[in-house]
Amino acid sequence: MFSPGDDPGPDFAALLRRSGSPAGPIVAEGAAPFRHATTVVALRFADGVVMAGDRRATEGYSIAHRAMEKVFPADRWSAVAIAGAAGPAVEMVRLFQVQLEHYEKVEGVSLSLEGKANQLAQMVREHLPLAMQGLAVVPLFAGFDRRRGIGRIFTYDVTGGHYEEADFQATGSGGRDARTTIKLGYREGLSRAEAVELAVEALYEAADEDAGTGGPDLVRGIFPLVAVVTADGYQQAGEPEVAERFATLIERKRSERPGGVSGGGEPG
Amino acid sequence: MSMPFYVAPEQVMKDRAEYAQKGIARGRSLVASTYDQGLLIVAENPSRSLHKISEIYDRIAFAGVGKYNEYDQLRVAGVRHADTKGFTFSREDVDARSLANVYAQFLGNVFTHEMKPFEVEILVAELGADGRPDQLYHIAYEGTITDEDHFAVLGGDAETINQRVTAAWREGWDLASALTAMAGALGGPDRVLRDGDLEVAVLSRQNGRRTFRRIADEELATLLASGVDASEALAASDAGEDAAGQGGAGTDAAGRNGSGRDGDSGTGAAEDTPEGA
Repeated sequence: MFSPGDDPGPDFAALLRRSGSPAGPIVAEGAAPFRHATTVVALRFADGVVMAGDRRATEGYSIAHRAMEKVFPADRWSAVAIAGAAGPAVEMVRLFQVQLEHYEKVEGVSLSLEGKANQLAQMVREHLPLAMQGLAVVPLFAGFDRRRGIGRIFTYDVTGGHYEEADFQATGSGGRDARTTIKLGYREGLSRAEAVELAVEALYEAADEDAGTGGPDLVRGIFPLVAVVTADGYQQAGEPEVAERFATLIERKRSERPGGVSGGGEPG
Repeated sequence: MSMPFYVAPEQVMKDRAEYAQKGIARGRSLVASTYDQGLLIVAENPSRSLHKISEIYDRIAFAGVGKYNEYDQLRVAGVRHADTKGFTFSREDVDARSLANVYAQFLGNVFTHEMKPFEVEILVAELGADGRPDQLYHIAYEGTITDEDHFAVLGGDAETINQRVTAAWREGWDLASALTAMAGALGGPDRVLRDGDLEVAVLSRQNGRRTFRRIADEELATLLASGVDASEALAASDAGEDAAGQGGAGTDAAGRNGSGRDGDSGTGAAEDTPEGA
């Protein structure tokens, strides 16, 4: 129990600080290899937002993990995706999830979507000293705004600056290619199926151009993680659905160029 | 130099206990019970926003009677305890038993060391997972902790309500009949509690990770209505089979009193006489 002047209120991070939990920055001298997460995308569609991320984590030039999850439910109506140093990013998501739930339980009501986006911005800002040492974490936040009845997307920079995106955004090392792909295929009022397809295609193109981004792993059956947030809440698209989207995509790519997909160079 | 008056410790404790009991008796009661999908908590509370029942963690709920600001303080402390523990260790490591102990320690300390004891009684309920049974911990104002089976009653009128619930309780009943029986037990023979007088929440196995859910407004009204219909039908068929002494219990208080006792007609009718008269 806290005295009234010392009470952290519904802020879980402040509660941790007050109870002396070790949340201080670690100092990373030198360049030890650490895991990096790579391309995540988010786009709006008619009923909400779609968020997707590839599954590869790299450590220097090697692949550290093939089935990493980079898209998480932040709470029932929002999703957060991470790009950057995997360790601190996953920890940040964990704290963010507890923070939102903690607020909801203590206050009895959920934070507004804007409030959630601001919370995450504060966490990214507190992380700045580590970002300056090369452990940058750049999340992507999207959710369904139940007061306005629309899906909204927020992007961040390492200083905690956050900006609302009109329709779509992608971050991470393959973000540029993913963004271009979405830009070309995007239109207002996409259906859920079209939005998932576009997100999947964006990740495919990013994996095609960027070494740090993993494409669909047909041998192991590992596919990007796709989450859909609508008025009904956060829902992860099933693996069969994503696998099917990839199958259609690959089929289409092949049929467009029977002699080989462009960019592959001349065989032999 | 003035000497303070000597007061025997027995007297101090007695006075404090009396003070706390009086405070609790002023408030309205609540009942928690198991049902086929989990745990149901029903409180008599006309307020829509000042809750007596709340969520603590994935499978843990909190309910309090007595002084609002005091049990709300305990509720927030519980959320903090659970969230900190779950974040530091793992979500699986958060359990009601340890939380109930923390509460008992705190209330016991306040009772013996502070000027004024907390005028509250609280309930920590946990939905059992992986075959472990559901748990109901009832913690009194002085820190006494009781592990209740099947159901728990908190509040000033607990003894009478406890008798009514004992008569009505059935293993594995569904939500509507449990809810109607609990509402009947809280109201007693003379009052009918409607959806506007009740605060209801469940910890249900059907709710995914966060099992806590409030039942309010239309859903509550519908459940209450369907529960009454079902028990009236049951009471009617009981009356048909066993006409002696059953007609009276089935018809009084618009069937609600009867609904609280269905399935246990003999003892229910017997107990009815001393309290009702």
